[in-house]
Amino acid sequence: MDMRTPLGRVRGLGSAKEGTDHFWKQRLTAIANIPLVIFFVWLIVSLNGASHAEVTARISSPLVSLALLALILSVCFHMKLGMQIIIEDYVHSEGPKIALLILNTFFCLALALAGGFAILKLGFGG
Amino acid sequence: MVELTLPKNSRISDGKTWPKPEGATNLREYKIYRWSPDDGENPRLDTYYVDMDDCGPMVLDALLWIKNNIDPTLTLRRSCREGICGSCAMNIDGTNTLACTKGMDEVIGSVNVYPLPHMKVVKDLVPDMTNFYAQHRSIEPWLKTTSNEPRTEWLQSKEDREKLDGLYECILCACCSTSCPSYWWNSDRYLGPAALLQSYRWIADSRDEATGERLDDLEDPFRLYRCHTIMNCTQACPKDLNPAKAIAETKKLMVERKL
Repeated sequence: MDMRTPLGRVRGLGSAKEGTDHFWKQRLTAIANIPLVIFFVWLIVSLNGASHAEVTARISSPLVSLALLALILSVCFHMKLGMQIIIEDYVHSEGPKIALLILNTFFCLALALAGGFAILKLGFGG
Repeated sequence: MVELTLPKNSRISDGKTWPKPEGATNLREYKIYRWSPDDGENPRLDTYYVDMDDCGPMVLDALLWIKNNIDPTLTLRRSCREGICGSCAMNIDGTNTLACTKGMDEVIGSVNVYPLPHMKVVKDLVPDMTNFYAQHRSIEPWLKTTSNEPRTEWLQSKEDREKLDGLYECILCACCSTSCPSYWWNSDRYLGPAALLQSYRWIADSRDEATGERLDDLEDPFRLYRCHTIMNCTQACPKDLNPAKAIAETKKLMVERKL
């Protein structure tokens, strides 16, 4: 039985003194995602029906390569931040919540690394 | 994990249909949530018929008419009957609002009345406001200063006073907080729009010297940042205030002091 006062319960463990960084970075990556995703869609459409050699040639251009790397970093980071919010919103048991938050971080990191590696491989003529 | 359905003891059943008042020709149907802690029963939805020729125009008039003429056990809070005390906040026709300022003519068909959503119910239309009031208390809603007390009042320019318009009028009825899905899921840690609007009322006050401390106390992934700009709060507010904007202003100040 919880016999703490209502105010004691509301104050809880106190303020975490963070959250603004998350808020700011979510918006920063959202802004970056707009041009990067438009560029990505344009690139995919323009490569429609192209051969493997043509695709490799396009992606090995430094500008295209860098833009795709930026896209992967920004989208994966944005995805990590967004999913974190959803987990915190809906998962209330401490154990599963922490497990999911860890999985979320690892999953997004793995995706970013795999995508980044693929771009670099193509970019360096793989 | 997430609860998608109501727990068994909260499922609402069809309740009693009370007889129509004798001789009345101009009737209005009311469906009202009923629950009593004393009988161990599930909540139910009772149907009443209100004689409109004998009743005032507001939903509160009808609820009191039912209490006086049909069923004295119907339990609700009310006091000022003019939208300034905030006691009669409830969910009418799917929207949180004040029964005393909601006209029956604004509702089509039967008038459905429930207590404020996702609050513990004390009885019928009376929610338990303990946590809500504690959250208001936790933002320390009073002027905090460290400078020496002036001989008379703390001075404030006309322009600075105007910055409090749209903030000080809050009557703490809880219509906004209990309309917010984020508050439904996390009211144990998220302060909710009403407390955050009141917090901003003191952050925006030029006389207050604790702005930084107030922001420190709010900077938390749950206390403040559970607000996802859903805007139900602003839509629900019966006083036409804008808690969503106050929260956004607070977030702007959080960023401003970092950059």
